[in-house]
Amino acid sequence: MLCDECGQRKATVHLTQIVNGKKTERHLCAHCAQRHEHEFFFEPQFSIHNLLAGLLEGWQPPAGAVQDLRCSRCGLRYREFARTGLLGCSYCYEDFRHQLEPVLRRIQGQVRHTGKVPSHAGARVQLGRQLEQLRARLREAVAREEYEEAARLRDQIRQLEARVRGGDGRAGGAGAGAAPGR
Amino acid sequence: MTANPGVQRVRWMEGGGPAADLVLSSRIRLARNLEDYPFPTLLGPEQGQEIISLLEGVIEPLSAAGFGRFTLLRMADLSPLERRVLVEQHLISPQHARNAATGAVILNEDRSVSIMVNEEDHLRIQCLLGGLQLHEAWAIATRVDDVIEAHVRYAFDEERGYLTTCPTNLGTGIRASVMVHLPGLVLARQAGRFLSQLGKVGVVVRGLYGEGTEALGNVFQVSNQITLGPSEEELIDNLIGFTRQLLDQERSTRERLYRENEDGIKDRVMRAYGLLTNAWSMSSEEAIRLLSDLRLGIDLNILSHVRPEVFGELIVLTRPACLQQLAGKELDARERDLRRARLIRERIAASLRKTTQ
Repeated sequence: MLCDECGQRKATVHLTQIVNGKKTERHLCAHCAQRHEHEFFFEPQFSIHNLLAGLLEGWQPPAGAVQDLRCSRCGLRYREFARTGLLGCSYCYEDFRHQLEPVLRRIQGQVRHTGKVPSHAGARVQLGRQLEQLRARLREAVAREEYEEAARLRDQIRQLEARVRGGDGRAGGAGAGAAPGR
Repeated sequence: MTANPGVQRVRWMEGGGPAADLVLSSRIRLARNLEDYPFPTLLGPEQGQEIISLLEGVIEPLSAAGFGRFTLLRMADLSPLERRVLVEQHLISPQHARNAATGAVILNEDRSVSIMVNEEDHLRIQCLLGGLQLHEAWAIATRVDDVIEAHVRYAFDEERGYLTTCPTNLGTGIRASVMVHLPGLVLARQAGRFLSQLGKVGVVVRGLYGEGTEALGNVFQVSNQITLGPSEEELIDNLIGFTRQLLDQERSTRERLYRENEDGIKDRVMRAYGLLTNAWSMSSEEAIRLLSDLRLGIDLNILSHVRPEVFGELIVLTRPACLQQLAGKELDARERDLRRARLIRERIAASLRKTTQ
């Protein structure tokens, strides 16, 4: 067997990666392997890009116009992301939102963070999670026609919403009771 | 860098910790980005330097956090050899070693914490401990994260969590991993079968180079696959649960192999011991293969007079850059093989337990 890289010398180093039950193999000669030694051996973190590429296998990048989409802040084209698996800035997540959704579902399964929250965002996020739970309970109360309970929950929600706006430093709009849609 | 990594303490290499017979090290890595800068993919050299300057401000508070003194090293100030040593000690990635323009690393004294600056993400906070100590490593990493966060503003989104350059790290930004030594499963040709069923449990196992699923030195890295959805603790518990199963399998396989073929295993171990303590020249590939057999022999009490830590220590110290750092000069391949054989002879001799004769 000849080396995958130079195609000239005999392959003596065989690298096997199993990602998600899927096996990929590389066969290199000693010379080419030496150049890659640090990548293969005890790499402190495994190659995320290969992992992403592996997970996206079979996934067709959207064609045409989507490829030319650009992030409004850093200017990264979606085409670039599809090639490298790397985004340009935190705004890319917003500007490529619809394109990233299926990618995230595929590589992460879930799309909602429940872990650690930095303290600057902490209070607001906690309120947000609390609000979400209250709204769910409100919907259930209404469905069960428990209007007293529903009224109590609605008041709680209004209070919390006022706090969220206050904490955000933004003035509340008209129709203070209306839950912002998500 | 004045410190000589040959003398420099690297905590995880000292071994110890729970299940240290099979688990060489546990690592927690957190990916973080700063809100006001483009990700490192699009970061200019000046912006990269700005971020490094910003982080110089966290050295003092970090040093007061109870994990020893921290220092910041710029890649540009390190020699290529010094950078490779850090790679071999698992403190920085190979890609990071090449980033002289904007790369830096923040290390504490015993190297249990290393923070890569401007790698794929602005910050890669890592905590590396010996044995199976993922929760302990997480406790340290999240504390370090808190200290840094008091001084910078992270890119964070309520719904998607910590925003990372690559969506494979999105959410918690956590990659928990353990480095495990599985000679029994490899010897019994069970490793491939066991490891190929992993996708379902959200865990990735990577054998390091070798033929088929046979990793060199029989050392595998097991890590969590997803980062978004479950909490950090849930992801860590899942990985620990899987690792425990893997360790049970390894232990019972070793027992069975030893029961069925005691002479064969003893012969293999004693041959490795003979070569390691006598050979005059040794390639790194041969060394790691024999060191794995040696460690198996120690674990099976065939070589009860050799200290087990010598395995974790030597698989790193016999790598090319560490070897050259120890020698204090550049060495060609032939010289390295000679040095390696000598180092192994010396370290094994020094690791023998004193026996009363």
